[in-house]
Amino acid sequence: MDTTSGTDTRIGRHAHVWRKKLNIWWRNFLELLGELRKHPLAMLGGFIIILYLFAAIFADQITVHDPMAGNLRNRLIPPAWYSEGSWEYPLGTDAQGRDILTRVIYGARVSLAVGLISVGISVIIGLALGTFAGYYRGRFDSVVSRLADLLLAFPFLIFAIGMMAFLGPGFANLILALTFKGWVEFFRLSRGEMLSEKTNEYVEAAKVTGHSHFSIMGKEILPNIIQAVFVLATLRIGYMIIMEASLSFLGLGIPPHIPAWGSMVAAGRDYMLVAPWVSTVPGLAIVILVLSINLFGEGLRDILDPRLKVEG
Amino acid sequence: MKAIKVLERILATLPIMFGVAIIVFFFIRLTPGDPVDIMMGQGGAISTGEIEQLREEFHLNEPLHIQLWYFLRDAVQGDLGYSYVLKRPVVELIAERLPATIELAMGALFFSLVIAVPIGIISAVRQNSLLDRLSMSGAFLGISMPGFWLGIVLILVFSVYLHWLPVQGRISVGIELEERTGFFVLDSLLSGNLEALKSSLLHLVLPSITLGAAVAAVTARVLRSSMLETLRSDYVTLARSKGASEWVVVMKHALRNALIPTITVLGLQIGILLGGNMVIETVFGWPGLGRMVVKAIFDRDFPLIQGSVMIYAFIFVMASLIVDILYTYLNPKISL
Repeated sequence: MDTTSGTDTRIGRHAHVWRKKLNIWWRNFLELLGELRKHPLAMLGGFIIILYLFAAIFADQITVHDPMAGNLRNRLIPPAWYSEGSWEYPLGTDAQGRDILTRVIYGARVSLAVGLISVGISVIIGLALGTFAGYYRGRFDSVVSRLADLLLAFPFLIFAIGMMAFLGPGFANLILALTFKGWVEFFRLSRGEMLSEKTNEYVEAAKVTGHSHFSIMGKEILPNIIQAVFVLATLRIGYMIIMEASLSFLGLGIPPHIPAWGSMVAAGRDYMLVAPWVSTVPGLAIVILVLSINLFGEGLRDILDPRLKVEG
Repeated sequence: MKAIKVLERILATLPIMFGVAIIVFFFIRLTPGDPVDIMMGQGGAISTGEIEQLREEFHLNEPLHIQLWYFLRDAVQGDLGYSYVLKRPVVELIAERLPATIELAMGALFFSLVIAVPIGIISAVRQNSLLDRLSMSGAFLGISMPGFWLGIVLILVFSVYLHWLPVQGRISVGIELEERTGFFVLDSLLSGNLEALKSSLLHLVLPSITLGAAVAAVTARVLRSSMLETLRSDYVTLARSKGASEWVVVMKHALRNALIPTITVLGLQIGILLGGNMVIETVFGWPGLGRMVVKAIFDRDFPLIQGSVMIYAFIFVMASLIVDILYTYLNPKISL
């Protein structure tokens, strides 16, 4: 923006508006960080989430072992704190002699990617449909609402398992199965918020002053809805990670050769008596991440939107 | 007036079930390939003549909407298709496995209420006490934990190390039990078989805890927060000022009103009980519907998967219906 400002007055004005907006966002962000400091548990959650993200992004750089290839001579070595364990494999090895820590770090990629992408797509679809349906009502609203009711008649995991049974394992299929029903929550939330926001005076004022429907929805109402959506999205990421892990545990999620926490737990079940760490360690990785996400999400909710309550 | 509302609510479930069946019908289209091959699963080699016959039977030569019509008509008549892998009607297979699943769900519900109700009440009455903080942290952990992992940890602790409880199954090998209802606890009571009763109850403990943990966590949290609200309300203050004992105030005035939102949430939790069912049955080798479906998925036994998903949705819709009706009768202010 900076390079064009000044040469053309219109672009210059746009750049000015954008810089102003960025400034406001930045200030809001700093304010949020300041508020977060009063929620130490949410801070801790956020810190652990950043650690996981870091591990997922730099998995190639921070691990020394190969996540896929093992050495059968090193099979089922216990974690370092056992007397037979070694720091070569801090969390032990699995039945194929692969380092569990390495695989847990690579597994973070799958979990975080599935969580973020499936929630991201669900938010986009749900928010778009929800704001439209809430704003215009009419036939569009009733059709989408009926569809949402219909999808709510399935327990989420059952629906995802059912779809994956027909689609077959795979990353893209997993995202499809999770978002196919995942958008409904965001649709209901944004539709409900839209319905109550629409009655406010500022919306009427915007209409009178000649704003288009699109600009009223996008510029006037959306900023008031987005916080609630953001909070719900944060909490849903943890939920989606558990869904992915459950599907992979059943062998229906990520193909088995890619390290994913759910399938690692499942593979360890056969060695529970001799090597319990093979299942428990990857499971613990899930618990810590989801717990952190939920702590962070609840903290955000307290700050941004105390009205919103999510059950489950 | 209420009866009409209830009737309306019951009728409203019909289009939902209709829609559910349509969605499940289209599931088979997600899999690439010839529906006959798919539906046959690994049912074995058959001749081209038989394939043609199957095409006739499934109306696969007809247009899609006609196929859908046949599918829905059969479903209404209680015909959910035929499993070519197990060579039996899907309805029969589901009916056989359903008691085990319902028994486990009941166990989980029982466990979660026994844990959640006292904890919810005490945490609200003694807000911010050590017990409140501990149990709310536990509840928070409960909703952040995948069920299959909790199950494995419980098996490790209570079965492998402590040898207190069995690892797998519904009843110990070698115990004779005459099956009448398919509910082992009920069957052993009916036949007065104490050994079987003990064994089936012990087998129920870990899977019930695992499946019920998330439900207990959510229920305790909701009950606590609604108790906190009712305890601060005017009618509770009034009851106190009239000299009612603390017990009466808490149990009668506060709890009764706090139960209304709790029951609604509990209705939604039935979805968790059903959803967790496949995973938990797999962990504990529980011979119910969920384990059969997971096996059917690997056998590519698609009619069985379709039928079971429909039954799960049907149970869920019915459970929500019952909760909604209960809710109308519990809460004089709310109509459906």
